[in-house]
Amino acid sequence: MKTPLLRLSGLITLALSFTLPLNANAHRAWILPAATVLSSENAWVTVDAAISNDIFHTDYHAMDLSGIKVFNPKGEEVAMQNPSKGRYRSVFDVELTDNGTYKIASASQGAFAIWEENGERKRWRGALQDLGQAVPKKAKKVQLTETHRRLETFVTNGAPTTEVLAITQKGLELAPHTHPNDLFATETARFQLLIDGKPAAGAEVEVIPGGMRYRDAQNAIHTTADKEGYIHITWPQAGMYWLSASYEDNKAKTRHANRRASYTATFEVLPL
Amino acid sequence: MKNTSIAIALLACTTFAHGADIEMRIEIPALDVAEYHRPYVAAWLETDEGQFVANLSIWYDQKLRNNEGERWLKDMRQWWRKSGRTTQVPVEGITGATRPVGTHTLTYSTQASPFSELSPGQYQLRVEAAREVGGREMVTVPFPWPHTGTVRFTQSGDSELGTVQLIITP
Repeated sequence: MKTPLLRLSGLITLALSFTLPLNANAHRAWILPAATVLSSENAWVTVDAAISNDIFHTDYHAMDLSGIKVFNPKGEEVAMQNPSKGRYRSVFDVELTDNGTYKIASASQGAFAIWEENGERKRWRGALQDLGQAVPKKAKKVQLTETHRRLETFVTNGAPTTEVLAITQKGLELAPHTHPNDLFATETARFQLLIDGKPAAGAEVEVIPGGMRYRDAQNAIHTTADKEGYIHITWPQAGMYWLSASYEDNKAKTRHANRRASYTATFEVLPL
Repeated sequence: MKNTSIAIALLACTTFAHGADIEMRIEIPALDVAEYHRPYVAAWLETDEGQFVANLSIWYDQKLRNNEGERWLKDMRQWWRKSGRTTQVPVEGITGATRPVGTHTLTYSTQASPFSELSPGQYQLRVEAAREVGGREMVTVPFPWPHTGTVRFTQSGDSELGTVQLIITP
């Protein structure tokens, strides 16, 4: 009795994790640290992770913490502390035992295929490496898609460092030329978006300040990555910001497949 | 007894005239608040383009156990960005305990670092204060360097800082 239910909830979570970030109009996934700039010898930061319509307003779905990893300034994975899942949000602590920049991230890949077989519409969803064998030879009107999603945020104790910001060359990533924990109101940050390690020219970017509940408009900043994948964001005021980038092309590793990728991050902007 | 103290004061003045020809005065205002904590204060020199030059004085709570007082250094957020996050505290001759309400005078010499190392140009003295359960404020005092004759540069804060003065008597 218990097993099918568990399996079902697992499937829903899986489906949610695939569909949410790819649909810009749907609910938004976010990881929100309470602070990103810390100055103590034994620093701790508490982090919320959830999925909701209003950025950083916990009213819809707690995020599954199993996919979230914490990396220390050397890039080594360290354990999150005190994880717990509530109805609307998940919470955990990060103990910053080292000086430097920590990364909190969740990254996943997947694939899906749509085709026609004997006049019937078929669908498949699975692991990236299985995409090449997912569709039978006689299939018609085949559409193959690789999907990548990445969700992250950064926290620094002491001086910002860059080791943990090294890109993995998988999916859509952000190479921060401006350090993500050195952002100030009215200043312009310069980031580079990369798809599988190459400039993600034309990636669509949306930046939304938190606190949507207390204003009438989204106040979203929209921009598009240039030929080299660069974007420039001028932060209008201090606060927490949610950045979401999406990218799609037909240059996937699997032959004839599209690749579709999303990158979402939370940044704290301090007042000057 | 009284005479002695005057003599000592005079002696101090003489020493002052030779060794220290720059005065920085920072006023910590009295505030009518229910819960008052002495502010953390950072004073440093920058070029007029905002390039950090040197720390002059940093006041923070050094008495808390396990260096807990360092936790709020980041609240002096401009200083933290320019210098604090790359500075290992305490720093001898720079860091010290928080100070009470009143005007505090610190003296420096044109013959000693950091002033002796300033190349001619436009600079600014920055003084930033952050108070637990209170506010944060930064006062900027622009000044050209070097100087002949006595000059006094004054700027005032509105909330966490009173008058900040830089008096140069080379």
